[in-house]
Amino acid sequence: MKFRICHESIAPTIEASALNLPAAGACATFEGWVRNHNEGQAVASLEYEAYAQLAEAEGNRILTEAQGKFDLLAAEAVHRVGHLQIGDLAVWVGVAAAHRGPAFDACRFIIDELKARVPIWKKEHYASGTSIWINCATKGDFAAAPSPPDNS
Amino acid sequence: MKHLHLHYFALLREQRGTDRETLTTDAPDAETLYRTLQGQHGFTLPVDRLRVAINGEFAPWPAPVKDGDTLVFIPPVAGG
Repeated sequence: MKFRICHESIAPTIEASALNLPAAGACATFEGWVRNHNEGQAVASLEYEAYAQLAEAEGNRILTEAQGKFDLLAAEAVHRVGHLQIGDLAVWVGVAAAHRGPAFDACRFIIDELKARVPIWKKEHYASGTSIWINCATKGDFAAAPSPPDNS
Repeated sequence: MKHLHLHYFALLREQRGTDRETLTTDAPDAETLYRTLQGQHGFTLPVDRLRVAINGEFAPWPAPVKDGDTLVFIPPVAGG
């Protein structure tokens, strides 16, 4: 069970090999891809940056929490950083369980928590030539983004 | 006075113009220090949109600091 930050392309089949267990009857994976639009704007590329030390610690806490909440056999996740292009795989989550219910539920829990808690940032570069750090605007729509979670 | 090591990421890195610095301060906690730096460097994010990590772990505001600590102010995250 491990979460890591990587700088190179993610290979799902290699990542998923850690889930291949004799007791597993279900495997659920999630892939987050770089898409060509957001909030009505044409996106040209995405830049991801991470505070790797804390990102990996917090990501591993999330995987541990998932193992406590759901009946899992394995959970793995990896997030890429750097300058990514449309269609690139940015984040991969995979879980194995005896049955499909906990596999689906845990996969969803892990990606939701990773997005909310792990110190990774995303800068969108638009086709118009402008760029913005997502969730960091202090004017306009993004300024209404929720406050960070309590430091508990 | 204490010496603190700061690492900057994302929007704060760009607004500060560097990814790390060591500074000398009498600020008792990270919140006080951020407000001072905000005035010096024009950081646009208010402190209530940030979290802070000290020596590699999240710390609750106002996050007291001691000599030699490494601080990271954490802008709103956006992984995935």
